[in-house]
Amino acid sequence: MLSVQNLNVTFNTRKGVVNAVEGISFNLKKGEILGIVGESGSGKSVTCFALMKILDQTGVIKANEIVYSGMDLQNASEKEMIDIRGREISMIFQNPRTSLNPIRKIGKQIEDVLKQHSQANRYNAKQKAIEALKAVKIKNPENRYYSYPFELSGGMCQRVVCAIALACDPRLLIADEPTTGLDITTQKAVMDLIKDLIISRNMSSIFITHDLGLASEYCDRIIVMKDGHIVEKGLTHDIFTSPKHPYTHKLVNATPRPGKSIRSLLPSEIKKQEVQHTIQKETIIEVRNLSKFFPGQFGPIHAVKNISFKIKKGESVGLVGESGCGKSTTSGILSRLIDASEGEIIFDKQNISSLTSKNFSKNPIRSDIQMVFQDATESLNPRYTARQSISDPLKNLTNMNNEKINTKVIEASNLVGLPLNLLDRLPHQLSGGQKARVGIARAIILSPKLLILDEPTASLDVSIQAIILNLLVDLRAKLGMSYLFVSHDLHVVQLLCDYIIVMKDGVIIEQGNSHQIISNPKENYTKSLLEASPKPPKITKAS
Amino acid sequence: MIISNSSYNLKNSKFLNHFIIILKENPITFFAFLMLFFFLICAIFGPYIVPYDPLETNAKIALQPPSINHLFGTDNLGRDVFSRVIVATRLDLTISVLAVLMSFIIGSVLGAIAGYWGGWLDVFLSRILDTIMAFPLFVLAMGIVAALGNTIENIIYATAIINIPFYARLVRAEVNIRREASFVHAAKMAGNSEIKILAIHIFPNTLPPMMVQVSLNLGWAILNAAGLSFIGLGVRPPTPEWGIMVAEGANFIISGEWWLALFPGLWLMIAVLTFNLLGDGLRDIFDPRKRL
Repeated sequence: MLSVQNLNVTFNTRKGVVNAVEGISFNLKKGEILGIVGESGSGKSVTCFALMKILDQTGVIKANEIVYSGMDLQNASEKEMIDIRGREISMIFQNPRTSLNPIRKIGKQIEDVLKQHSQANRYNAKQKAIEALKAVKIKNPENRYYSYPFELSGGMCQRVVCAIALACDPRLLIADEPTTGLDITTQKAVMDLIKDLIISRNMSSIFITHDLGLASEYCDRIIVMKDGHIVEKGLTHDIFTSPKHPYTHKLVNATPRPGKSIRSLLPSEIKKQEVQHTIQKETIIEVRNLSKFFPGQFGPIHAVKNISFKIKKGESVGLVGESGCGKSTTSGILSRLIDASEGEIIFDKQNISSLTSKNFSKNPIRSDIQMVFQDATESLNPRYTARQSISDPLKNLTNMNNEKINTKVIEASNLVGLPLNLLDRLPHQLSGGQKARVGIARAIILSPKLLILDEPTASLDVSIQAIILNLLVDLRAKLGMSYLFVSHDLHVVQLLCDYIIVMKDGVIIEQGNSHQIISNPKENYTKSLLEASPKPPKITKAS
Repeated sequence: MIISNSSYNLKNSKFLNHFIIILKENPITFFAFLMLFFFLICAIFGPYIVPYDPLETNAKIALQPPSINHLFGTDNLGRDVFSRVIVATRLDLTISVLAVLMSFIIGSVLGAIAGYWGGWLDVFLSRILDTIMAFPLFVLAMGIVAALGNTIENIIYATAIINIPFYARLVRAEVNIRREASFVHAAKMAGNSEIKILAIHIFPNTLPPMMVQVSLNLGWAILNAAGLSFIGLGVRPPTPEWGIMVAEGANFIISGEWWLALFPGLWLMIAVLTFNLLGDGLRDIFDPRKRL
């Protein structure tokens, strides 16, 4: 159905010509779901953008052949491509919110595609749009037709994007990381829906993802890409059970799943001894009946309702829940960036609930509670070099002289494994993993007693995630810190944490030892979280 | 010490490299900087390099058309128009640079405060700025100069006041979108005080878009100063200034002496154009993300 032979994509940039994709060939059969898996920068998105011919102006496509059901896409004119896009080949983009027009009703946006390809006229467009919404299982489509994207949840938005992509009955659907940024249960619902639609309409699909687990559940065949090359292709089962290429092996290995220990995520050549951390009896922080409400249109909105928990010295506690469950508000209150509405926080036998977040920066306890932020890129000042970012806490909270600060920065960089020659680089000159290390170095440089980790690996590739998680384990053993690890992914949390707290709608619904929560969850919600996460098959044969 | 020194040098040479790359990348930016350099030379060395004294009158050669001796011709008092145009550069640039600097500083402070703390302070400051913007700006400037007195300083003040709202609004918006950024939270965790966060962490990040505003504004400020002089406010004859020269020359256009108004007007236009073209380049220079 689709045949790509020796595809090359180059970009002309300031640094010269960059080869994004080099010599890629693959075929897609009718009714097949092909997964393209790879880490960021591997060229998987560029490949699909090239197929649709929606690259930047600087991108140049060269190929021996790009043929889609007898049509030569490589030499197709823009006019012909406009006709093909949407009607023959459709695409679902990464972020559902940004791929919808924010100021146009969703029904109208579906009509636009239908009219563009003359699939509907003025009289039946509305009815067809409602049918399209029905097809993606949106409840109450007659009313939703008039909704704006901001009125819908992330999962609903992605369903609407699907409806738009499928409105004209295309034969090929390209899905570029359709579930990034969605909750794990929503991810499952959206992926199940896409798969059902593909099967029932007998379409083909190319599914791009960085998540091997997800690819293993939904794809028939998989292509693994690295640095613009295909390193391995084959049937899904084979790729997972007996990966041939060492890179595939490393990727499969680094994907968290039940029954894996944190060290086993690492490739064997850098695998280190397991380290133990000791949990003491004393409590480092205790939260009693904490509540936070924000003023809303119809009375106060409770973000967090009456929660209580303790973290012992040296203990790692995981805070798990889906977006909107109040876990970020909780971590914000504990890090003293947000003031609680009610309740007490006792840190190291001191009641700190009366200290406002405004004045907390002057308090000596500030250096005892530090935080690693979700998005490493956004958490670094774009005008600060790595050295300036890491040394900022020392300059504000200690009286060290420049020389001493410099030694401390080097010490911290060594601890987090940041090469010293990168210290004078600006954030945009660093890779995602390096930025994460800068963020961690900044947080540990004051030797805090409690480190709050707000999804520190959410924006990282799996292999980098494995390294960062292991780094956190090493640091915990070396520095004796307590962790509060906030995440939506139970499998990542159980790797690192001794104790797990599950939150939903602002309340704690379940808490207990991580082993107990994972193996024997009591609440249905916890069970659904565990079930929704993809489970890749285990490696049976070594490479 | 050695380490900090070397990193300082590294930073300097990086900035220079960055500057050169930006000039190479965009021929328009290169042209704009070349023109800026030319105007700066005129402003600094103007009085020493011009062939004639700009104030010296000579009735014998009054109203001569452009020639080899007098490139831009002579005016009704026999003064060399070329010399006067070049010498006027210093005054016009001084007025515009000082006015823009003042509005940049005041506007940044007001806008940053309004954008960061928000609330009633924001409402209060924003309404004051809206009120200023509601006036026809040139008429407001005329009023200010007329009320304060007819001096060059007052032209600068007037030009600065009418431009403050534009800076304040821009900074307010830029600060507002960064107020909740996680690098700001990180700065709070690092123990920075509120003022330090605003001044050191947030404000410098607003510079790239501000630079576009600054360069456009330099052009406007020149036009504004020239406009005020044109209607007889501010700079007084016989001081050479583009606005007055156009105003005086305008009387002679009907009788055929076009060069009196054309050349100062042309120079004014080129200066404004230069500053308008400078914007993108300046923004890129102040944006660290454009560095390789």
